[in-house]
Amino acid sequence: MGGVLPLIGKRLLLGLVTLLVVSIIIFGAVELLPGDIAQQILGQSATAETVAALREELGLNRPAYVRYFEWLGGAIQGDFGNSLANQRSVAEQLGPRFANTLFLAALAAVISVPLAIGLGVLAALYRNSVFDRVANAVSLVSISSPEFFLGYILIVFFAVQNQIFPAISNVTPDMEMGERLYRTLLPAITMALVVTAYMMRMTRAAIINLLASPYIEMARLKGVPNSKVITRHALPNALAPIINVVALNLAYLITGVVLVEVVFVYPGVGQLLVDSVTKRDFPVVQACCLIFAATFILFNLIADVGAILSNPRLRHPK
Amino acid sequence: MSEEEKKSVLLEIKDLKIEGYSDEKWIEIVHGIDLTLHRGEVMGLIGESGAGKSTIGLAAMGFTRDGCRISNGTVLFDGMDLTTATRSERRALRGSRIAYVAQSAAASFNPAHKLIDQHTESALLHKVNTKVESEEDAIELYRRLRLPNPEEIGFRYPHQVSGGQLQRAMTAMAMSCRPDLIIFDEPTTALDVTTQIEVLAAVRDIVDQFNTAALYITHDLAVVAQMADRIKVLLKGDEVEEADTRKMLADPEEDYTKSLWAVRSFKREQKPPPPASETPLISVKNVSAAYGPVKVLDGVSFDIYRGQTVAVVGESGSGKSTTARCITGLLPPFEGEILYDGNLLPPRYQDRTKDQLRQAQMIYQMADTALNPKKTIGEIIGRPLQFYAGLRGADLKKRVDQLLDQIELEPSLYYHRLPSELSGGQKQRVGIARSLAAEPSFIICDEVTSALDQLVAEGILRLLDRLQKELNLAYMFITHDLATVRSIADVVVVMKEGKVVEMGPKDEMFKPPHHEYTDLLLSSVPEMDPDWLTNLLESRGVDNIGEAAHEKKT
Repeated sequence: MGGVLPLIGKRLLLGLVTLLVVSIIIFGAVELLPGDIAQQILGQSATAETVAALREELGLNRPAYVRYFEWLGGAIQGDFGNSLANQRSVAEQLGPRFANTLFLAALAAVISVPLAIGLGVLAALYRNSVFDRVANAVSLVSISSPEFFLGYILIVFFAVQNQIFPAISNVTPDMEMGERLYRTLLPAITMALVVTAYMMRMTRAAIINLLASPYIEMARLKGVPNSKVITRHALPNALAPIINVVALNLAYLITGVVLVEVVFVYPGVGQLLVDSVTKRDFPVVQACCLIFAATFILFNLIADVGAILSNPRLRHPK
Repeated sequence: MSEEEKKSVLLEIKDLKIEGYSDEKWIEIVHGIDLTLHRGEVMGLIGESGAGKSTIGLAAMGFTRDGCRISNGTVLFDGMDLTTATRSERRALRGSRIAYVAQSAAASFNPAHKLIDQHTESALLHKVNTKVESEEDAIELYRRLRLPNPEEIGFRYPHQVSGGQLQRAMTAMAMSCRPDLIIFDEPTTALDVTTQIEVLAAVRDIVDQFNTAALYITHDLAVVAQMADRIKVLLKGDEVEEADTRKMLADPEEDYTKSLWAVRSFKREQKPPPPASETPLISVKNVSAAYGPVKVLDGVSFDIYRGQTVAVVGESGSGKSTTARCITGLLPPFEGEILYDGNLLPPRYQDRTKDQLRQAQMIYQMADTALNPKKTIGEIIGRPLQFYAGLRGADLKKRVDQLLDQIELEPSLYYHRLPSELSGGQKQRVGIARSLAAEPSFIICDEVTSALDQLVAEGILRLLDRLQKELNLAYMFITHDLATVRSIADVVVVMKEGKVVEMGPKDEMFKPPHHEYTDLLLSSVPEMDPDWLTNLLESRGVDNIGEAAHEKKT
């Protein structure tokens, strides 16, 4: 394992550097937005004096880099400042909503990852068969449809015409697990539909890519049946690209929920982000963006490390 | 002969025709082959690339690659016709009664599983043995095949084992169910000569011990002479002739077979050494180089004179190609210097002048990958003419035509073709023309014939020899094939592990006494004599072959 640890350490360090750069970009982008925050808060009717007083109070007169480091320092300790809209702590507001988003993403992942890999393996096994073609066509349709559209369609079928699931997924912290699962299922299925298609197609392609390898021919010449050729000989070698696409899609599940959360009125980070943007509540927007960025970088990191660990050459050096 | 016939027939192929799918139609690639193999008999299938050897070998297992199909004939294995057998019937035979040993063990072992798990797979699948029995058997086979650490080697992954060891492990794997027939598909082609001996000896031993029949596919006549009882010569999907090995070697009937046998006849006289006063064209002085922290060259020195050929020989990893990279400036050495005509060359090619770059050109092993597939032959050869000589328009075309004439390709036919429309030998000729276009005084030929069939390779060697005479070129000829060295070299440099172990004029180098390592290399080159391997093994002793001998002598 000696060879792997430095590699992983290096990826980790690069991840941190990337996060730092992203934090600068997020802060800078908010800085560049037209208009003055104090002016925004107080509205058009405010006098020059009150605006100046608020600017002083919020510390907006100090140079941008000083405020950046203050914000970054706070963010590292979990303090993202206070919301401009209701003066509550951003972290306090964000925490439970992030947990909700993670719950939704996890549920979608639990549905989609096994389904995608299973379907991908089957599609590779029965390639060019009717099953393969149908699976490909369906996955193409679901990739091409925007998730909010899929969400509305599911609502029409499963909440309006047949009232199996609720159309609005309003979960509360004191809700029981079963009830929570039931209410989250429809948005989770919507998300799963989108990512399953990607992961399935990638799994199929990664496996088929390997089928021309000499060791696959060797396996066939040893009398290994087709299903075992795929699962035992091709799949372990196709893991690196599969892990990559799975990790990236998991990241997408967390960061891409914005639209689905809005469609289902699900109290997650995505909805908070949309609300905050309309209210110009910049500390909340910054915090949401940073969390999304960190999630994305983290999952990329997991993808890298997973790909490294799936390579026997790196796991078992000479 | 009568005793041979008493043995029962194991495999009988009758009028086998195989078609391949290309350009949207089926084209016949094997045109009606008959083949009879008795139990315990080894038949050698030989021929150039495209002869259909591997296709026939696979068909003997009832297997065709994607895009191929058996269109006619029968393959009777122990009474069962594999062309009409069901999938599961054929699958039941594969691995258990007919096994396959592939050309590149490194590519044919699954990188994700340990050797022993791949070894036991067939036995478990066909319910021949339990896992434990099969593992014990694997260790026993590893021991019989003289693999180092037989107890432990199976628990390694393929990348942790050397090429020759992998090839023996694959032979062991083929034996795991004690098959009646093994198809060996060029099992030693990718190996160094010293490693090849081990694998040959191991294969022959194990086939003898278990009385297994084998089809031994190769393009190397000397190898097949050691292995086979009978030899069948193939050409473009047709049988040329078949006979007992000794008869075939001594008295081939067909002209094609005779031409194959005659290949190694090309031999150029060694040129007289240059006068002591002459300045060497290229002088490699005490060069050491490294890839990152790994030192690969250690104090290499030799000279190359105008009009002479220096052959650099050694096994893979001995630093031959790295030396070439140092001379061309691709890899700046960390110590030592390269002189051109007595003048120091800058170590990095970026620092060399156009004229210095022009003087040293390269021809590569894989003409396939060394030519840009999207450019026409005219463009490929024209590029150095534009770059070095600044030729344009009609002048350029005229010069390219001259060069095509020089390499014996008709300009009007080849000027507008793409590399994919040429054969391997023709591509290599284009590579030669491209290097000549720079009008160099020195050409590095890096294994230029090792990817080619012997007849084609000889054509290339003759061409290089003619060009050398006409243009007074100096060659540095990198090769691991000592037959090539024998035919074209003036001076031989033997390298091992980044060092020059011996050098001298060819005539002296091929006469004893040698440096021990040179001796090992020379004596490891298979000869056409069918008793060569037996005699060699006797003289070296069974525990003293190949890598083992190699280690003892270092």
